Amino acid sequence: MPSTREMRLRIRSVKNLAQVTRALETVSASRVRKAIQANNATMPYAEKAWKVLIHLARQPGRDVLHPLLRQRDRVDRILVIMVSSDRGLAGAYNMNITRHTLSEFDRAGVPVDYVTVGRKGRELLVRKKKNVVAAFVDLPSPPSFNDVAAIGQLVVDDYLKDVYDQVFITYTHFRNMIKQEPVTQKLLPLTVVDKEHAKPGDLSATHRTSSVFTYEPDQNEVLENVVPHFTAIQIYKAILSAQASEHAARMVAMRNATESANELVQSLQLEYNKLRQSIITNEMLDIAGGANALQNDERGVG
Amino acid sequence: MTIRCEIVSQDRIVYQDDVDMVVLPGTAGEMGILPHHSPVLTTLKYGVIHVKRQGEELFFTVAGGIAEVQPDQVTVLADAAENVEEINIQRAEEARRRAEQLLKEGAEKNPDIYLQVQAALRRSNLRISAVKRYRRG
Repeated sequence: MPSTREMRLRIRSVKNLAQVTRALETVSASRVRKAIQANNATMPYAEKAWKVLIHLARQPGRDVLHPLLRQRDRVDRILVIMVSSDRGLAGAYNMNITRHTLSEFDRAGVPVDYVTVGRKGRELLVRKKKNVVAAFVDLPSPPSFNDVAAIGQLVVDDYLKDVYDQVFITYTHFRNMIKQEPVTQKLLPLTVVDKEHAKPGDLSATHRTSSVFTYEPDQNEVLENVVPHFTAIQIYKAILSAQASEHAARMVAMRNATESANELVQSLQLEYNKLRQSIITNEMLDIAGGANALQNDERGVG
Repeated sequence: MTIRCEIVSQDRIVYQDDVDMVVLPGTAGEMGILPHHSPVLTTLKYGVIHVKRQGEELFFTVAGGIAEVQPDQVTVLADAAENVEEINIQRAEEARRRAEQLLKEGAEKNPDIYLQVQAALRRSNLRISAVKRYRRG
């Protein structure tokens, strides 16, 4: 049986905890708003850029158009970019993306190297003895395109040097405040995926025509400009989406923590009150017992 | 007969509608795009996009980028784009003065800053001349 003093201390510490988690929740709420804004603002550009890439990938003779469009016959080594967060306290956010990534690539059959964005992802992968070749941490939130351009450069360079034959990115896709899901996107080489249910006005709807582009001023210059840049844009989009997911996940985690801390405070308070009451009752009994004994004594003497 | 025109910059959708004709400032020269144009992929220079729709004409400044032309669609992916009617002329003139000032003070010693200042100067010049030439009223 703990003493009332111990109980009081415990209640106070849980209350402090609830205060901290509530503050974190408020901070995440404002961060998530900013992140969603940044995500929505970039989405149209990124999706149209992706569409242009798909159109290029569907061109006849794509293999000679640009090295990034060429399919390779053999896949000897794969690079995976995993987007996680720098800080924890975001529920299962980092675990989920790590588990998703490993389940996708642990059975790849060829060596897989990882590039991580975010400190937590790096820690988790290193603990699982994965080969992490580069780690990007402390990105601003939300980042500007220039902040993540280096990642795009790195993967494009390594791909062109034949270090890797395929490049994927895994990140937590932000659907809404409640739903975020880990997804995998293939970055290189560019592969055509036909969208069956493309509605008119859908930003990601693609043309089915494969008529040949003409290029101005000339083919090399245009493609040199377009293909690497648009690949980097896809990475940028993934990171923005992942950050929105991170803050949303943290907000929900912190709200849950606040709620359970408050519940804990209530039940502790109840126990404390019971304990205090029983101590008082015992004291009363003692006093009453003592008084009775005294009275009896006096009567006996008299 | 119309063609779908979409102009997006990295941070927003600047314009989208079905239009009659689009004139793009391609790196290799101006290009007039009508419906059923053959597919083209072109880089854009600093310049002005003209959009003709039901007898009226809209103007957008574009600070480089690329454009994809399909028979029924023109997609402009601009590094930066603005409707000429929305340009804040005071801000543009201020930006130009600032950039010129920096150049006078010898910004060219640092190549990174020099490039930035020069890009800022080009952007504000483009905005100012576009407003002078194309703004209504």
